[in-house]
Amino acid sequence: MSVTTARARTRRGWRSASTWFGAVIVAIAAVCAIFAPLLMPHDPFAQDLGKRLLVPFWMEGSNPAHLLGTDQLGRDYLSRLIYGCRISMLIGVTVSVVSGLIGITLGVLGGFLGGRADDAVLFAITTRLSIPVVLVALAVVGLLGSSMTLLVATLGLLLWDRFAVVARSTTMQVRNLDFVAAAWCAGCSRFRILAFEVLPNIASHLVVVATLEIALAILLEAALSFLGLGVPPPLPSWGLMIAEAKDYMFFSPWVIVIPGVALFVLVLGINLLGDGLRDTFGARSDS
Amino acid sequence: MLQFFVRRLIVALLVAATVMTLAFVLTRLSGDLAISIAGPNATQADVEAVRKAYGLDRPLIVQFFDWVRRAVTGDLGESYFFKTPVSSLIAERMPVTLTLGLTGLVIALVVSLPLGILAAVRENTTFDRAVQVVALLGQAMPSFWLGLLLMITFGLQLGWLPISGTGSWEHYVMPGIVLAFSAIPALTRLTRAGMIQAMGSDYIRTARAKGLSRASILLKHALRNAAIPVVAIAAVQLGFMLGGSIVIEQVFALHGVGFLAWESIGKNDFPVVQAVVLVLAVIYVALTMLADLMNAVLDPRLRSS
Repeated sequence: MSVTTARARTRRGWRSASTWFGAVIVAIAAVCAIFAPLLMPHDPFAQDLGKRLLVPFWMEGSNPAHLLGTDQLGRDYLSRLIYGCRISMLIGVTVSVVSGLIGITLGVLGGFLGGRADDAVLFAITTRLSIPVVLVALAVVGLLGSSMTLLVATLGLLLWDRFAVVARSTTMQVRNLDFVAAAWCAGCSRFRILAFEVLPNIASHLVVVATLEIALAILLEAALSFLGLGVPPPLPSWGLMIAEAKDYMFFSPWVIVIPGVALFVLVLGINLLGDGLRDTFGARSDS
Repeated sequence: MLQFFVRRLIVALLVAATVMTLAFVLTRLSGDLAISIAGPNATQADVEAVRKAYGLDRPLIVQFFDWVRRAVTGDLGESYFFKTPVSSLIAERMPVTLTLGLTGLVIALVVSLPLGILAAVRENTTFDRAVQVVALLGQAMPSFWLGLLLMITFGLQLGWLPISGTGSWEHYVMPGIVLAFSAIPALTRLTRAGMIQAMGSDYIRTARAKGLSRASILLKHALRNAAIPVVAIAAVQLGFMLGGSIVIEQVFALHGVGFLAWESIGKNDFPVVQAVVLVLAVIYVALTMLADLMNAVLDPRLRSS
């Protein structure tokens, strides 16, 4: 039997240290993304073949002008890292918005209207879950060429399922509450009810999903870029940096460690923040 | 029970049919297939010849139903590159992907089930928090990066495991671990949540009052009920692993179905890409049906839904 004493109950939500840690990481990433041109010490695309594969500052023989060393074409690693942060955040947020629009619309309609509409939405979700996402995304980019717009559109069209599931289940819960019935009796149109009664009450759950979807989109974009079918080079996506560094990883392991750590820390931070938001809003219904 | 099964089967078939359509549309997104196959240096006559040879001059609907008709009988077309039937190509590579997927699932279950159970039993202690932290770390880890790190450490610097190819069980250890990493967070969380819920319920209180041993309560009663969502998620995770193995197979040079799809995308080998999407989707649908059936067996309450 689990009776939680005040001492045993861990601090959750906005009081938890891990949530603040996550928030700080996300804040740093946002600053890097927005102010990238001001923060980068060098041009991330400027090649200097005389300065290839310089080591980062914690190793011997490093060049103070290039704190994190250079890659195989002499481009400053720190600058590429910061610019890559901008790319990751940009893709993460836009994909989350696109998939959110699709998923929330489907989920709310299905949850609110019920019946055949709900069956159709459930069918769409089941079908979407059966599709091998990475493979389809690779195929689309492989067949149509890689560009940021195509990438965002593809990922947005593939990652809406969690939005739909959560929107649907929360809408179904809210639909039965008294204030919705009151609005209905007062003669509100369905649209008004959806916009002003349902949506505001499910918004907190959706914000949590949106945060976690940003992390998922970033990981997926990194994987696609790693395989060469994501962000088009020479844009320094972290996944692409890891792929380019693969050839040198046995001699200069830091070239894959640095962007990988960046990816890992950013995704971890976003997940921590999302979990913290979930605990703050008390939205334990989604796992 | 039979009605349940039949209903699920119909939905599964409909989903497969939809995916078949999507796979067909997917490969024709780039416009004229004949131009892609003929290559950049082809003349108009070459393109026309290619179009006739591959039956691409027929109306799209005809092409689609031809594809469906043949796919249902197991004929998934012929690869443009390998000049062999796609179904035999897939059949050749499938064992590698299946071994990889199953290895990943087994490792994931072996790690996450005990961790989840123990975390539930010691809810809110340091151990529980540690397990949750591990789950969080696993969720944030980019799989391809982990693969490369393992390769450097265990393959090169320590020399314990081979870093690419297939051949012995050792080749599947690192890839399996990487795959498992993606499933462990979800499985652990679910097991823990399920066990916490099960252990707080009335029938467990009755069991305790009856004087049953701790182990017996945990394993025979609580776990059986907590297992239900875990079974469903495990099947789903296996489906994801099979679908997502493309990255791991590329990193570790395992010649499975994912690697085949990856190569085919690069070579514009459309029949293969189309077929692999379909096959992976069908496997996933079959796995979820299997999971539903297992759940219905485990929990009689689910049989009437």
